[in-house]
Amino acid sequence: MKQLTDDRMKVFFEKLSKYIGSNIKLLIDRSDGKYCFREKKDRVYYVSEKVLNMGSMMNPDNIISIGTCFGKFTKSGKFRIHITSLDYLAPYAQHKMWIKPAAEQQFLYGHNVLKSGLGRITESTTQYQGVIVFSMSDVPLGFGVAAKSTTECKHTDPLSVVCFNQADIGEFIRCEEDLI
Amino acid sequence: MGRKAKFGDDGAVKQIKGPGRKAKKQKPPKMLPGLPKLEGDDEPKKLSHRQKQRASRRTKKKEERKLIKKEKKKGVIKDDNVKNNNEESDATKNIKSEIVKQFSDSNSSWLKSKNSKSIIPEKDDDIESYDSNSDVDDEVEGENGLESFDEDGLSDDDDYLAGTLDDVDSSNESGIEDTVLKNKKTSTKKRKTEDSDDELLPIEKAAKKLKAAKKKEDAEANEEMKMQINVASQDVFVFPASDKIDEHIPIPEVEQRIKDILLVLSNFNKFREENRSRQEYTELLLKDLCTYFSYNTFLMEKMMHLFPLEDLMSFLEASETPRPVTIRTNSLKTRRRDLAQALINRGVNLDPIGNWSKVGLVVYNSTVPIGATPEYLAGHYMLQAASSMLPVMALAPQENEHILDMCSAPGGKASHIAAIMKNTGVLIANDVNKNRAKAVIGNFHRMGVANSVISTYDGRHIPQLFKNFDRVLLDAPCTGTGVISKDSGVKMSKDETDLQRCFTLQRELLLAAIDSLNFKSSTGGYLVYSTCSVLVEENECVIDYALKKRDVKLVDTGLSFGTEGFTNLRQHRFHPTMKLTRRFYPHTHNMDGFFVAKLKKFSNIISKNDESEDNEEEIETNNVDAETTEVQDINEKPVANIKIPKHGRGKNRAVKNK
Repeated sequence: MKQLTDDRMKVFFEKLSKYIGSNIKLLIDRSDGKYCFREKKDRVYYVSEKVLNMGSMMNPDNIISIGTCFGKFTKSGKFRIHITSLDYLAPYAQHKMWIKPAAEQQFLYGHNVLKSGLGRITESTTQYQGVIVFSMSDVPLGFGVAAKSTTECKHTDPLSVVCFNQADIGEFIRCEEDLI
Repeated sequence: MGRKAKFGDDGAVKQIKGPGRKAKKQKPPKMLPGLPKLEGDDEPKKLSHRQKQRASRRTKKKEERKLIKKEKKKGVIKDDNVKNNNEESDATKNIKSEIVKQFSDSNSSWLKSKNSKSIIPEKDDDIESYDSNSDVDDEVEGENGLESFDEDGLSDDDDYLAGTLDDVDSSNESGIEDTVLKNKKTSTKKRKTEDSDDELLPIEKAAKKLKAAKKKEDAEANEEMKMQINVASQDVFVFPASDKIDEHIPIPEVEQRIKDILLVLSNFNKFREENRSRQEYTELLLKDLCTYFSYNTFLMEKMMHLFPLEDLMSFLEASETPRPVTIRTNSLKTRRRDLAQALINRGVNLDPIGNWSKVGLVVYNSTVPIGATPEYLAGHYMLQAASSMLPVMALAPQENEHILDMCSAPGGKASHIAAIMKNTGVLIANDVNKNRAKAVIGNFHRMGVANSVISTYDGRHIPQLFKNFDRVLLDAPCTGTGVISKDSGVKMSKDETDLQRCFTLQRELLLAAIDSLNFKSSTGGYLVYSTCSVLVEENECVIDYALKKRDVKLVDTGLSFGTEGFTNLRQHRFHPTMKLTRRFYPHTHNMDGFFVAKLKKFSNIISKNDESEDNEEEIETNNVDAETTEVQDINEKPVANIKIPKHGRGKNRAVKNK
């Protein structure tokens, strides 16, 4: 259980900012207590100070998870965001995409979103911008990357991909064993 | 297609009998009335080959017999008449022959007489009663059978019968009157059967045998029915002989025997057999129940000790059927009403679980897999048995507390705790099994539980790390005798040693859990112990052990329903406050078998074992422990309404009175 190094902190925040922009500071300055990011076995956990205190008394070998896991650093030093962070990213998302009920299941099975399944999209989304995918009833479903900008989306044909799937909540079932 | 009319062919009229295609069974199409008939399609055509054979044989025999009879009868008529009056109940053969004799008599006026008329209907009655009677000879039965068989076979061809009758008439010198035509019909038939009796075709013989066997079977079935009808009034259960007890009997018979034994045991004085003891009946019942429900003897014996007999059957039967699927709303993410609406829109039929829970829903049926809806994936609900919500409700977690769930996998109860705490405070979800703990990770992240540490300690070592928990939930590993409907392997696999291992571990875990509690906590100091077992060894005994070893007391669980825990059962005598614990059964509460006890810790004192307590293996001592009666905290009165006895019972009483 250690603090992130500056390099990793930078990589991590860069990745986060793709989804929630400057809202990162809202994650750190919270009114209900101190929260921090901690690294354990390349995984980054977002955890309250109180919980961290309890955890720090335990043998790290016996702790398999603390607080919420945000993702992990790959061997090549990049940060890979996990679906488990969705609860914290979704409320602060800057670019959102809503998909129709018919396309929900496709997305939850790990597929990309086609234009035909696109319900709504935040204005001013640029190409390759990180987006949070919602159902039409505002239930967060996962992360993606916009394959096309908002304006392009309007004119493209119905079968072209508008959002690449990065992570979706179907993984809670599909990859329960290696979720974090 | 369809029927093939073989007009003019020799075997055209022959019908194949028995099951087969419709076309086979149907008669060939008839010629239209107006059409010219094919050659040879006249009167004799109507008779089948067999019929013709039989008819020719019959007439031959008849003539032979008539010659013999004529010679004989002249002197015997009077005797026959007497016989008729006296021996009406004689075997049918005699009677038949008598009738034949009467009819073949040349004296037509005698035939018309009242006497003869009255005899013949009587005769018919006789035969009928024979049919239903079961006590007849095999031979006679056979004849009856044959006769009815023939009747069946010939019932269609009335014209044929009439034809033969004509033949008979013509051959009969006496010229029988039309008024007795009906009687004649039957008589001819009888004669015919008699005639053909010795020269039956093999198939006819087989049919005869079959009929006889069937009759016999029917008679036996009738008797059996009578027996069963009289079950209530008579003592029907016959205890099997000692050498037959170990015989394997089919399952339906076992079921019947279980019912019978239960009946006997319900009113033992009335139904018992004289020289049989209750124990013998109980042992047989045990054996039968083991066979019927496929339990091992050890477990079934425990069950029989636990439940009164009338409950036992309903418990065992309820343990075979699955309990309804229930889900728990995750109050961190949604409300029950919203969730219910969302699921109903997906085609799920559900209802609130009852007024005791604000988060539970019962799923009756669903068009979608309930464990894979987008709502489930988004963490809006958790698939959780109704009974699993009870220990958390009993624990009643408060916000900003430090809570430990000692055996948390797969995280259903722990996430419930976190939801009640509204993600504040600290929750340690511990499970010794690393693989099972992975399920906790998945569930916690899905449900949005953020205030938790998921650890993989052995629960018994936790007091060495922490002693500051406000509340502890110990859902101890157990034999699972309450959830047989989920895992029926328990029925056969658990034996004495498994049980012993289980309750030893449970005792150790419970003491560890008590030790990690902070009794000074302003809000808590509570521990909830629960198991999914119904056995007293894993429940009351374990609690009783803790009551003796630590300074804890039972408090009310706050659950509005459930049956009270045992204070005494067979050789066990527990603390009287044990009735504050709650038991749940599949047959009474329609949820898994469950046990919930809530304890409050009062001090860190670890009572040094006094007297004999340190070397006891079983909690079988019948003393109500002394130290809990002595330590009466006046400040905390969670058990105010429970009478604590002034003196111990059994051997303790003698010690105290001195």
